[in-house]
Amino acid sequence: MAEEFWRWKENRWTSPETTWKGARTVTCGVDVGSVSTQAVIMADGELYAYSNMRTGSSSPESAEKALKWALEGTDLTRDKLAYTVGTGYGRVNVPFANRAITEIACHARGANFMYGPTVRTVLDMGGQDCKAIRCDEKGKVVSFLMNDKCAAGTGRGMEVFSELLQVPIEKVGELSFQVDQEPPPVSSTCVVFAKSEASGLLRAGWPKNKVLAAYCSAMAHRIFTLLERIGVEKDFAITGGIAKNVGVVRRLEHELGLTVATPKVDPQIAGGVGAALFAKTLVEKGKA
Amino acid sequence: MKANYGYKDGSGDYFITVDTDKCDGCGKCVPACPAAVMEVGEDQNDPLNENPVARVSNAQRKKLKYACAPCKPDHDRRKEPCLAACPKDALGHSW
Amino acid sequence: MAVITAGIDMGAKTIKVVLLEDGQKVRARAMELGGTDTRAAGERAFNAALFQAGLRMAEVAHVTATGAGRASAPFAKDSVTEVGAGARGAIFLHPAARTVIDVGAEEGKTLRCDGRGKVIDFAVNEKCAAGAGSFMESMARALEVKLEELGPLALKSGNTIPMNAQCAVFAESEVVTLVHQKHTKEDIAKAVHDAIADRITSMVRKVGFENDVVLIGGVSKNPAFVETMRRNLQTAVNVLPDPEYVGALGAAIVAAENAGVK
Repeated sequence: MAEEFWRWKENRWTSPETTWKGARTVTCGVDVGSVSTQAVIMADGELYAYSNMRTGSSSPESAEKALKWALEGTDLTRDKLAYTVGTGYGRVNVPFANRAITEIACHARGANFMYGPTVRTVLDMGGQDCKAIRCDEKGKVVSFLMNDKCAAGTGRGMEVFSELLQVPIEKVGELSFQVDQEPPPVSSTCVVFAKSEASGLLRAGWPKNKVLAAYCSAMAHRIFTLLERIGVEKDFAITGGIAKNVGVVRRLEHELGLTVATPKVDPQIAGGVGAALFAKTLVEKGKA
Repeated sequence: MKANYGYKDGSGDYFITVDTDKCDGCGKCVPACPAAVMEVGEDQNDPLNENPVARVSNAQRKKLKYACAPCKPDHDRRKEPCLAACPKDALGHSW
Repeated sequence: MAVITAGIDMGAKTIKVVLLEDGQKVRARAMELGGTDTRAAGERAFNAALFQAGLRMAEVAHVTATGAGRASAPFAKDSVTEVGAGARGAIFLHPAARTVIDVGAEEGKTLRCDGRGKVIDFAVNEKCAAGAGSFMESMARALEVKLEELGPLALKSGNTIPMNAQCAVFAESEVVTLVHQKHTKEDIAKAVHDAIADRITSMVRKVGFENDVVLIGGVSKNPAFVETMRRNLQTAVNVLPDPEYVGALGAAIVAAENAGVK
């Protein structure tokens, strides 16, 4: 089984403008996901530094490495961090975290920071789950749902198709538009059944791109119906791996009649940003 | 907050919604459920809320279709016991 | 002169044909993989059954179709639902049957019926591989064993390990993880059976069950599945002979009635 769902480069960043010196509260948020881990450091609620890397086989080790890398190249040391919040799939396995908070709460709070207070709907499409969140102008969750039971509508479902069709995953979106006419979506939701359906279409002579188009549109529609449950309001933001698949995103935009908002920074760090912001609030409220 | 616990798969939508603005964490839904689906604890998705709220247990979240099936016969269907037990009308089932 | 009728079950994976004489005696049966052209596969199955019985198409008085793809069945004059056909076939083979559990490649069904095979209540699990035979196929692939080896392997295990994944795709990854964690194939195979049997059991509890309980459909040929269902329901479960043909048999019985055979 391929561990890599979406290709992206590990990276780290330090703000050229912000400094932690003189800041009242320096906090950290660590998001340990099934695919990637981010450590985000904020000084008085401003982004100061972050790292973004692949999750290894152990959550505690991945969290340690991410924090170490985020601090590298800064003159900040661990002991200056007033409070650390862990989030994501491995949130309870962040050894240096003071508290764990769900990714639902952290993504909403992080999106509020990254897209601005006008963001109302956040869709996070990860490797193994799909989360839809509606939030208010303060980044507080108003409504949410998470689907991590079924592979349809997650990166895993798309990966099954990229394997079946022998198309690199990062090319799926682009190729799905290279069709004469938009085909009807794959009718089976279940990935196992959709895969047999697609094999049938290939045997019936459909070109790969047409099958990809049919699956991207099926996935867009499935996500649309998930979003309907919580209701969509603009601004609408998409985070997570599938945000990079234009084949799904453009079809979803079309179905919703909405354009996806553009983030100020890499949307992959949304969870970590939210966690660091919660850390700051908890310190300020004296709950740390 | 409307917290939707559950999932959508090829066979349908299976979500239990807890309206945390209505739920006061009284916990009457917990013993009412024969399948240990409901629990009461901290509001995991609102870390600044200090009041306990009803939640769907992690163990049952991915199998609500099956866990709740005995309370949803096709004939002589009554209100689900968890819903009937809630004095605040804070719970909902999507199916 | 004997009246020959036929039932054709257009299943998701395989197509089954049963030829019946006077609504009483099975003359022949045949099975073909569905493939892309299910109609052609249906014709092949039909011809195979006719050949076995030494009959010609013109000698078949009436053909009734059933199964998920029954709309595209060849030769059929009419059709009966899978639930209806399952009940009729089960009662024919086991008159005391009151609960019929039918697990095929893509669907799991449970029904309750009366002594004449009239359906009282039923529940279907469809459109999700987790509750059907496809789940076992995916798991066998992940464990790198043949599908028919999965059941016997599970019967050798006395350990219970839980499976978290409720989706066939996620469960495949979980099985790979369990293998890496050095769990034995036997224990993992048992976990797979426990998982699917639990899902089928809750469906049975939804309709409620009455004895005798019978199992039909291809998955009931798996001895570990049968054993797990017996344990879950705490009652005797009877696997009907040639369980994958019971739907086609039921359709052939309906065909006999429609042809006026008393």
